[in-house]
Amino acid sequence: MKTSDIPTFECETGNYHTFCPISCVAWLYQKIEDSFFLVVGTKTCGYFLQNAPGVMTFAEPRYAMAESEEGDISAQLNDQKELERICLRVRSDRNPSVIIWIGTCTTEIIKMDLEGMAPKLEKQIGIPIVVARANGLDYAFTQGEDTVLAAMTHRCPEFHPRVMNQQEGDVAKLVAADVSPSNKFFDEKIGLNRCSLVLFGSLPSSVASQLNLELKRQSISVSGWLPSQKYNELPALGEGVYVCGVNPFLSRTATASMRRRKCQLIGAPFPIGPDGTRAWIEKICSVFDVKPDGLEERENQIWKILIDYLEIITGKSVSFMGDNLLEISIARFLIRCGMVVYEVGIPYMDRRYQAAELLLLQQTCKKMKRPMPRIVEKPDNYSQVQRMHELQPDLAITGMAHANPSEARDIDTKWSVEFTFAQIHGSANARDAPELVTRPLRRRGDSVSDCRSLSRQTLDVQ
Amino acid sequence: MKLAYWMYAGPAHIGTLRVASSFKNVHAIMHAPLGDDYFNVMRSTSERERDFTPVTASVVDRHVLARGSQEKVISNISRKDEEQHPDLIVSTPTCTSSILQEDLQNFVDRASLSSESDVILADVNYHRVNELQAADRTLEQIIRFYLDRARKRSTLDRSVTDTPSANIIGIFTLGFHNQHDCRELKRLLGELGVAVNQVIPEGGYLKYLGDLPRAWFNIVPYREVGLMTATFLEKEYGMPYISITPMGISNTANFIAQIGKLVNVWAYALLEKRLNYKLYVDNQTKFVSQAAWFSKSIDCQNLAGKEAAIFGDATHAASITKILVKEMGIRVSCSGTYCKHDAERFNEQVQGLCDEVVVTEDHTEVGDMIARIEPSAIFGTQMERHIGKRIDIPCGVISSPVHIQNSPLGYRPFLGYEGTNQIADLIYNSFNLGMEDHSSDVFGGHDTKGISTKSLSTDKSDINWTPEAESEPNRIPGFVRGKIKRNTEVFARQNNISEITIDATYAAKEKSNS
Repeated sequence: MKTSDIPTFECETGNYHTFCPISCVAWLYQKIEDSFFLVVGTKTCGYFLQNAPGVMTFAEPRYAMAESEEGDISAQLNDQKELERICLRVRSDRNPSVIIWIGTCTTEIIKMDLEGMAPKLEKQIGIPIVVARANGLDYAFTQGEDTVLAAMTHRCPEFHPRVMNQQEGDVAKLVAADVSPSNKFFDEKIGLNRCSLVLFGSLPSSVASQLNLELKRQSISVSGWLPSQKYNELPALGEGVYVCGVNPFLSRTATASMRRRKCQLIGAPFPIGPDGTRAWIEKICSVFDVKPDGLEERENQIWKILIDYLEIITGKSVSFMGDNLLEISIARFLIRCGMVVYEVGIPYMDRRYQAAELLLLQQTCKKMKRPMPRIVEKPDNYSQVQRMHELQPDLAITGMAHANPSEARDIDTKWSVEFTFAQIHGSANARDAPELVTRPLRRRGDSVSDCRSLSRQTLDVQ
Repeated sequence: MKLAYWMYAGPAHIGTLRVASSFKNVHAIMHAPLGDDYFNVMRSTSERERDFTPVTASVVDRHVLARGSQEKVISNISRKDEEQHPDLIVSTPTCTSSILQEDLQNFVDRASLSSESDVILADVNYHRVNELQAADRTLEQIIRFYLDRARKRSTLDRSVTDTPSANIIGIFTLGFHNQHDCRELKRLLGELGVAVNQVIPEGGYLKYLGDLPRAWFNIVPYREVGLMTATFLEKEYGMPYISITPMGISNTANFIAQIGKLVNVWAYALLEKRLNYKLYVDNQTKFVSQAAWFSKSIDCQNLAGKEAAIFGDATHAASITKILVKEMGIRVSCSGTYCKHDAERFNEQVQGLCDEVVVTEDHTEVGDMIARIEPSAIFGTQMERHIGKRIDIPCGVISSPVHIQNSPLGYRPFLGYEGTNQIADLIYNSFNLGMEDHSSDVFGGHDTKGISTKSLSTDKSDINWTPEAESEPNRIPGFVRGKIKRNTEVFARQNNISEITIDATYAAKEKSNS
């Protein structure tokens, strides 16, 4: 698809609310079981981390701050020595298999050479050190994960086609013996496995295995995930490896695996919603030259499961303020559900990485006879609130900073961050996204009468 | 560099934002990278604030890094000025701007030429002060700014009010039970015949600040925020202030005695009489507050000699220590605060009341101390609550840092006579639960844990789980695991599946969703 087919985007001031990208440690430390995340920053970063992931902080997390003090900023203290001291303590306290340094705004501004220091320290302390610059100067929220995964692509072992083939065959036999009803696929399958498929994006392990299973049904086996459950189990990358993203915010990881590791990227829509999941599988099938089997039937089945939710949302309108880059995919899914999307705010739009998703969005709009939503990159929250006052959408999907005030102004609101933590990928989880979306709409009827606008500010004006 | 997992007091700019957003019609503009406006989330969630938090960011990004902010800060200020017409815009530096060393004062000076709003730069140094100190400083800065201006324009009304009146200084957003405390203080003052001249910063309008000196005296209920303002007002305007925290029966009595003293300075001249609060205090102590009677009652006897550990901000930790020791006869093994800057005064306050005093910002040190002492109850912040959870010791939360559950909807002051009731409940309930736990342990527990079947599914015999599938429910949170296992087995029976594979677990999930 040529980029010129993509509708034009607006770009505003970038004055919007989102989480700092260092928040990715909150879910990545849980995903990568043997990791330790060290955020090299200031009290400000620490305060955010301690308040945003909330309760998780208390469960002895495997993340901490290396909090810079005045002496670090003015270079009175030696960065390398300081980090060495801290990493040695982390090693003795937690003994992780990998330490991931998260560079922040501070390390950017004072130009601390984390990439230069890491290899030296790595040798000294005997633990791999991965550097990811997930800072608020360059990135928003979920893009933090992107920087970490992009840094990890360099640590993935090299792909050796021959050996892999052998192993794949063995695995296939093992699995085939295990799963009796789908036996027939595996005989034809071995031929397809000259290449290897690696999926990237951090998902809860049960969601990842559901997606594996979906592909297995089409007799495509997934050879690994980036990130893996353990650092030592990172998948092999290299020439002959196909990679495919499961989340729309992973463009740097995609680029890194293509340019630096010579993998081939499968550009597909993302497996969010039954339509997205089907399109995702179809695209992967087409690359592996497999005729997809029973996908349409399966999709229709899933839509049937959603019928009660669809009744609630069909014809309702929604605006996305934009803060986590999942917006295009969720908007596409909601349009397919019958909603009207007024505006899709998005922090950053990678037209190439999201090309297939954008195309699907366009097709969905045409199919459902809905207008193409206005896509606003780097939105301006103040203007968005003004626009929402004008358009009065039935639902606003927005960050927590605006959620309560919007509710007080009689706009039903769904907190956007929940979409990043809910399990919305794959067919098996198709109900979770509409569950979230309909929640504010379902409770509508019960609200206390005669208190439609509860804002104090509007009272003052009157 | 310091290895840190958690902190008690936030960075400086949070304090500034808390003060700025507490005033009415004041807007704060942070000079900060994307994502640093997390304050808005905290205010909107923890306080369940229904209005947009008047804080925006002038975003520092790569371009700013390369070329400096240039016109960006100024245009953001004038934009806010046009959009929302605030009375004051507080330009707030963050750690980022302190490292960048941009001349924010210059931007502020230029912006104030063109904007209708007043513009000031919060004078806080990120490296030197924490959240609480910054809040104290910012409040003083704003008050000084408006009083100095009123004086220059000679619009300042320096005549004291006809009847006794006081300003309450230091009530603000995200403070621990501040709203309830404020209401309780107002009630207390009302009963003493003292009018409330102004409450700052919460809900205060800047245009009325010129009337601050009309009060007879100032009240600073919390040591952390307001003292600087009070000393400024004392020095420049000769206003006396009371910095006793009316928390607990004896502290409240002292507080009222102080008020009596200050009121009588003027009362004799203006009202031609002396006010005597002795009877009021007696009556309140004996009958309105239940705490005095409560600590005499048999219930409270059980608490005598029990051990407690206390940690929090200087105000709350010191007051609660005093209450436990002097009013309830509980032994405080250790009392501590994270307000390092106020350590000397804290030591003085708790001297002789506890075995050990700890002043630290390191929560692991506090945790270790609690684990070593093994008190029957802890009174601390949210952090101590979690420490208590881990080592099975009950904890009452008495101080910020706070969680949403510390902004209760119901009336829960810590100050004044109603406050003494609330505190007594909190203390008693914490200990009581601890004892219950203990005695049920002694008798082997109330519930019949041993008898009921461990497995939640009725009979397991006819259905097998493959090891792979078996591990699947273990990934599900514990409290729903049983239900999901049961559903899966029901599904298996219905579909004549004798062995549950991982495939079947997902199929069951899909099915149960429909």
